[in-house]
Amino acid sequence: MNTILKVKNLEQRFELDKGILGKIKFKNGKFVKEERIVRAVNDISFSVDKGKVFSLVGESGCGKSTTARTIIKLIEPKGGTVEFAGENITDLTRTEMLKYRKRMQMIFQDPYASLNSKQKVLNIITEPMLFHGVAASKSEAKEKALDILGKVGIRPEQATRYPHQFSGGQRQRIGIARALAVEPEFIIADEPVSALDVSIQAQILNLLMDLKKEYNFSYLFIAHDLSVVKHISDDLGVMYLGKIVEKGSKVNIFDNPLHPYTKALFSSVPKLSGTNLKNSKGIRGEIPSSINLPSGCYFHDRCPYAKQICMEKMPTEREVENGHFVLCHLY
Amino acid sequence: MKTEAQTINNIGTKNSKWKLFLKSEFFYNYKRSVLAIIGSIIIISVILIAIFGPLFTIQDPYNMSEIELNNAYTPPAWIEGGESTFILGTDQQGRDMFSAIVYGSRVSLVIGIVSTLLSSVLGIALGIISGYFGGKVDALIMRIADVMLSFPTMLIALFVMSVLGRGVVNILITLTIVGWVKFARTVRGEVLSVKKQEYIEATKVIGLPNLKIILKHVFPNVLTSIIVLVTMQVGSNILTEATLSFLGLGVPITRPSLGMLCSNGFDVLYSGMWWVTIFPGLYIMLIVFGINLLGDFLRDELNPKLK
Repeated sequence: MNTILKVKNLEQRFELDKGILGKIKFKNGKFVKEERIVRAVNDISFSVDKGKVFSLVGESGCGKSTTARTIIKLIEPKGGTVEFAGENITDLTRTEMLKYRKRMQMIFQDPYASLNSKQKVLNIITEPMLFHGVAASKSEAKEKALDILGKVGIRPEQATRYPHQFSGGQRQRIGIARALAVEPEFIIADEPVSALDVSIQAQILNLLMDLKKEYNFSYLFIAHDLSVVKHISDDLGVMYLGKIVEKGSKVNIFDNPLHPYTKALFSSVPKLSGTNLKNSKGIRGEIPSSINLPSGCYFHDRCPYAKQICMEKMPTEREVENGHFVLCHLY
Repeated sequence: MKTEAQTINNIGTKNSKWKLFLKSEFFYNYKRSVLAIIGSIIIISVILIAIFGPLFTIQDPYNMSEIELNNAYTPPAWIEGGESTFILGTDQQGRDMFSAIVYGSRVSLVIGIVSTLLSSVLGIALGIISGYFGGKVDALIMRIADVMLSFPTMLIALFVMSVLGRGVVNILITLTIVGWVKFARTVRGEVLSVKKQEYIEATKVIGLPNLKIILKHVFPNVLTSIIVLVTMQVGSNILTEATLSFLGLGVPITRPSLGMLCSNGFDVLYSGMWWVTIFPGLYIMLIVFGINLLGDFLRDELNPKLK
């Protein structure tokens, strides 16, 4: 079995109007029952191979983070299945989930919000160790924690400090150390560098890659920065309005982007030389609201190649070349 | 030269919480806030007087055998007709007002502090349950809180006291019933914002049980706003108790609190015997003033939104 994570037809939606009273609206002189639902993730499928990095890219609000949170079951999925190491974990309860929690961990986006300011760094790292029995005693946990902190670049004498005594980059290192504490096989990194300075971004990315080599992790990497993605990923999925519009290997997608949205994304990356930004048309309009999803292909009203069929029917996924899938009527 | 092992063993011993506190911005600002220091001095003195005061009073005001009816309505010492033994004068039964105030402040303080503890424990528990779990439990608790808030506090207190009758325990029950709402609402709001933070998500990714998340991660992060509320609530509960006792619905006559002492002198206030009411009243004012000074400082200091 070479696949560590397999996501099939995953769906996630949130009701905006909770309770019966919230659903009743007064419109045109009548009371009507109306439900507004945010469709954040719409029927997406992908898989992450062992020891590989799968990146999900897309603009803000396209459902990348929601996908991550649904996979790790911070939010219960509303449809589809999530398979981890061959086991279906979609409907597991909290206690059944525990043994998988030890094997999959998460790195969060905001290093200022992801550490409990009332906990010392050492306790932040030893807490998951002791809970999952990775370390038998407190002293063993302490030793292991200092070792892990050393690996991410935090010195032992800094371990008794509180999070607010660290800089953003150091805090992100602590967040990474917490994820490593339970010795997981699979790590979800939810935009781990987007809140950091550019100079620190490279350090953190290299740290993540070094750790991957050492522990042989697999990553699900969420990002909106294509240069970051190009640096680290093996496979790639491009998301738009809760759909994966194109997925394939990094080479496939970077060298031969097919979906109009992917093409537009690439053309909007500034380059040092050339006139690519001047000539870039970018994407027309705004990302539509995920409450009222467009009919047909979600991208049709912004797509320069839109045809009649794009407004009527959602395209199906087509494999254009080996392992390169695209969701578009053009192909 | 220290070895690596020694360095590791030393970790956790230095950098103690107390040292951190002395170095903190909070303590720095405290040292520079005149009002906060005045408030603390008042509170500490009031507490010391309540604990050790009985050693210096000339009589036990509850012990009838120590009281001489002949001494009734002696004015304070500095007024003509006053006696040096009764510094603040005596009441209609010849009780020394100073002794009565010292003993009365014990009753008031105990009721103020214990009732705050009870209502805060109840309010915090319900607030955390409500905010953390949400859903139907939340709706139920908050609707009860809304109903409680739609009546004036004093009206509910009067109603409950007249049903339960006088007594220290009954006063505690009443103050708890009217006091928990404030705690529950504040704590719920704080929990709602804390539970969306990524560090709470991190504990869920680790798989910690809810109880552990609440006790170790949610509670410490809502504690600061609770400290402010608790401080202010002690003052307001002392006042509510005084009001109830003044109206004759509070503590029993045999154990007068400050409010009860005020009420005792009220009949003779206009006949010139003002000291029987005024001195206990001033003392209540001083206590609440001290508490509010410190509470205001804590609120400004601990509420990041005001910074």
